Amino acid sequence: MGAGHVHPLHLPRESVVHRLPPQVKIVAAFLGVICVVATPREAFPVFGGYVLLLLAVWAAARIPVGWILRRSVIELPFVVLAVLLPFTGPDPRIDWLGLSLSEPGLLGAWNILVKGTLGVLTSLTLAATTPMRDLLVGLQRLRAPALVTTIATLMLRYLDVISGEARRMRLARISRGHDPRFLWQAGATARGIGALFLRSYERGERVHLAMLSRGWTGAMPVLTADTTTRADWVRGLAPVAVAAVLAGTGWVIA
Amino acid sequence: MTLQQDVHVIAPPSLLVRDLLFAYPDGHQALHGVDLRIEPGERVALLGPNGAGKTTLVLHLNGILAPGAGTVEIAGLSVSRTTVQEIRRRVGIVFQDPDDQLFMPTVREDVAFGPANFGVSGDALAARVAEALAAVGMEDQADRSPLHLSGGQRRRVALATVLACDPEILVLDEPSSNLDPVARRELAEVLLGLGRTMLMVTHDLPYALQLCPRSVILDDGIVVADGPTRELLADGELLARHRLELPYGFHL
Repeated sequence: MGAGHVHPLHLPRESVVHRLPPQVKIVAAFLGVICVVATPREAFPVFGGYVLLLLAVWAAARIPVGWILRRSVIELPFVVLAVLLPFTGPDPRIDWLGLSLSEPGLLGAWNILVKGTLGVLTSLTLAATTPMRDLLVGLQRLRAPALVTTIATLMLRYLDVISGEARRMRLARISRGHDPRFLWQAGATARGIGALFLRSYERGERVHLAMLSRGWTGAMPVLTADTTTRADWVRGLAPVAVAAVLAGTGWVIA
Repeated sequence: MTLQQDVHVIAPPSLLVRDLLFAYPDGHQALHGVDLRIEPGERVALLGPNGAGKTTLVLHLNGILAPGAGTVEIAGLSVSRTTVQEIRRRVGIVFQDPDDQLFMPTVREDVAFGPANFGVSGDALAARVAEALAAVGMEDQADRSPLHLSGGQRRRVALATVLACDPEILVLDEPSSNLDPVARRELAEVLLGLGRTMLMVTHDLPYALQLCPRSVILDDGIVVADGPTRELLADGELLARHRLELPYGFHL
């Protein structure tokens, strides 16, 4: 525990994708997903094109395909809904292996499944190539509300501190013989969570005092002088251009 | 005319507290008229039992708390609503828990936070950060997260975050708490090497003796003793009256 520098969705590598400025990658991922969503669901070959595009980006970023696929299982709960659609959708119906399936339902399910999966894979690619810290910097540079990025920055910093506190409190409870096995024994745990909330609140106050003491006036100062070059944008948006062409093709062939 | 000249020739005291009174909103009177004067270059220990008002006094020095009566001046500038930003640059408070002070994802960003708030930017900011980290011997840890530093390293980074603002006076709240003996000694060496004006709040009396030639004892919101640290600590009766005592085995 306490290893705050890696989150489970990040894969540190040296690659052209990893080196891109975070705001470029955020914009590229966002536009890429827009292209996918805008593609007509009947344009089946185009979705194959998106998969090839993602495979190319993974190759450039040196991310193993298996690594990404294992993490994409977080999508599963959302797929359940899509599986139901062919059974509950309206007519006309088609018979397949003795099952009566709704045709619009099948198309709807395909739509959710393929676009959702491509969206998840794109987000995973962004997360794999960008540390959490840089994502926040990217959002800040994209003029996301300062309050939101400040809160997220503090959350990132204090998550481990607070979970450390929770762990110590739990150890102290267990050391005094607490062994919650049944619901009615959960009282001590609940009170522990209450105490943890108060302690976190007090820490928040102290952190705020310390920030004020160093001249904080409510806005995060600009700390880095890194500039984003035109070449970065071109490199980052090149896959998006391909995606846009694919989406356009989709409208032509569908 | 001569008086005017004298004022210009003699540097004003780094810290001048006059007749400071403060009561918390719940009516608890924490400070009963504190007077304290610290000249440039002095290192002073602020001693006293828990609840004596030490932290309350510290929070007055940079205008976080506003006095009920009395004044606080830092290098001739009095603390008020209009001067508070410059006052916070001049008074560098190192808080007791480095986890409260270090809130940025990396050491470098944390050290840059203060000077950036005070309008330093670009190369000057990078130079300030490098200088402050070098002063505490942490220049090779600049890109790490404070989470992955040891207690002693965190304390030194917390010190650097304040040094980067180039303060007139350093205020340290319990600098030796939670440090192992080696980290404690290393911090003392860093602090002695800085050559800055310092007010150190502490319960660690041997540390006060090692670092501060002068000590002030605060009890029940009032300064009850002010003198050379060695003399104050040798007066067992005085210490006992104010719930202070040297650790087992120490004698002066």
